[in-house]
Amino acid sequence: MTENQSPFRAVLLPLTVLIVAIAIWSALWLLQVFPPSVFPSPLAVAKGLGEEIRTGRLPADLVASLFRVTTGFMLAVLLGIPVGLWLGNHVRSRLAFLPTLNFFRSLSPLAWIPFAILWFGIGDLPAIFLIFMACFFPVVVATLSAVASIPSVYFRVARDYRFSGLELLTRVTLPAIAPQVITSIRVTAGLAWLVVVAAEMIAGRDGLGFAIWDARNGLRMDLLVAGMIVIGVIGMMIDRILMRLTKIRSVRWGYER
Amino acid sequence: MRDKPLRIEDCSVSFGSVEVFQNLSLEIARGEFVAVVGPSGCGKTTLLNLFSGFLKPASGTMICHGRVRTVYQHDSLFPWQTAAQNIAMGLRELNSETERSRQLEAMLRLIKLEEFAAHYPHQLSGGMRQRVELARALAGSTDILLLDEPFSSLDYLTRLRLRRELARMLKELPRTVVLVTHDIEEAAQLADRIVVLSDRPAGICRELSVSIPRPRELTHPKVVETVHAILAEFGLEQT
Repeated sequence: MTENQSPFRAVLLPLTVLIVAIAIWSALWLLQVFPPSVFPSPLAVAKGLGEEIRTGRLPADLVASLFRVTTGFMLAVLLGIPVGLWLGNHVRSRLAFLPTLNFFRSLSPLAWIPFAILWFGIGDLPAIFLIFMACFFPVVVATLSAVASIPSVYFRVARDYRFSGLELLTRVTLPAIAPQVITSIRVTAGLAWLVVVAAEMIAGRDGLGFAIWDARNGLRMDLLVAGMIVIGVIGMMIDRILMRLTKIRSVRWGYER
Repeated sequence: MRDKPLRIEDCSVSFGSVEVFQNLSLEIARGEFVAVVGPSGCGKTTLLNLFSGFLKPASGTMICHGRVRTVYQHDSLFPWQTAAQNIAMGLRELNSETERSRQLEAMLRLIKLEEFAAHYPHQLSGGMRQRVELARALAGSTDILLLDEPFSSLDYLTRLRLRRELARMLKELPRTVVLVTHDIEEAAQLADRIVVLSDRPAGICRELSVSIPRPRELTHPKVVETVHAILAEFGLEQT
């Protein structure tokens, strides 16, 4: 409640922090704490950012990265939720598959980079594959544990009120797991955004990850920082958009009690 | 047959090596309000599970004529639905949209929660939630209401208030009721007949009938006398 008290403060306080951070950055640059060749000034970064936008490189890289993230992430969610539902409802299969799922969930998706390149070459496919590998397993595990922990009383109530097979899914199971699934979607979307940068640095010819790698190779530290800023800002925006899902009235119960 | 909608005969139930019931028989008449009291763990809820068909007896017969709904101790409202949507679940079998909304409004009026129709369960107090549960179970055309300690998670005063409400609601919407409770006062204040169960394996050790109309004052001599008789049965007061 308190954080919504004043929209003015909600903008002003973070803005103050931003201004102070830029001031410290400028001071470090002016005092030449690091050699200027590896530490760009805020002004140079702003110019670099403008240049990248004017030439159209930045918008193109942004579209490439967003396409990969959206595709890989959507595939993981659209396949992960049904698999999680199924495993959540079948105890034997759950017992059989859970260690495997946890193994892949704990395996850094970056470990797949060599195979991603060998199997899919360079471009969209290896990045989509890596994002899928990063997101699929957490979504499955979150969904199945949400399903497995639905209080059985809901199904007894549903039986009293004569819900049929499909209604049990759409009117009990899905709404009951929605809050937990939304939380896992937010977390994995963040993960997908982390992975796409790494994937493009190694297995890309475009995209924001490739852009910062290319800037580093060209010793354009201004463009490198400009790329970093865009990656961070887009990541924040993705989370802000997905956070709206938690504002749906019929899922508030999962976050408020 | 039809005037005994709920009947169990010689039912035995056991969980592993624990015998819950041995040859238990109980008949409940149409429109009767029966309370089942007994020491905790004696199998009161198991008895309700038998009646609701959730549990099958190992031996014996269970006969149930009519539609059954259960009200649970707490948290069995669907938290993703508003109070009104939860109550509307009870009206699902009605085909006419206008009739559904008319009855929904009537139920909301009956539990005096018209202003809270659009609230979600987590935004309501415990007492309000139990009123919504009762309304959901009473909405539409059911015959048998099973109450599994419906007020036990509420504070004392709210519990007293809800007993009055339940009596009032049943006056308007008569049902055959089985109430399972460890609250002896509640049983004495509400039920036409009180079945006292013994320890496991549970048998009926006493039946008492209270034949004064509802709602009853908690301090009505007949209620006090019944409470005394039950307490005496448990060895907690002198006979």
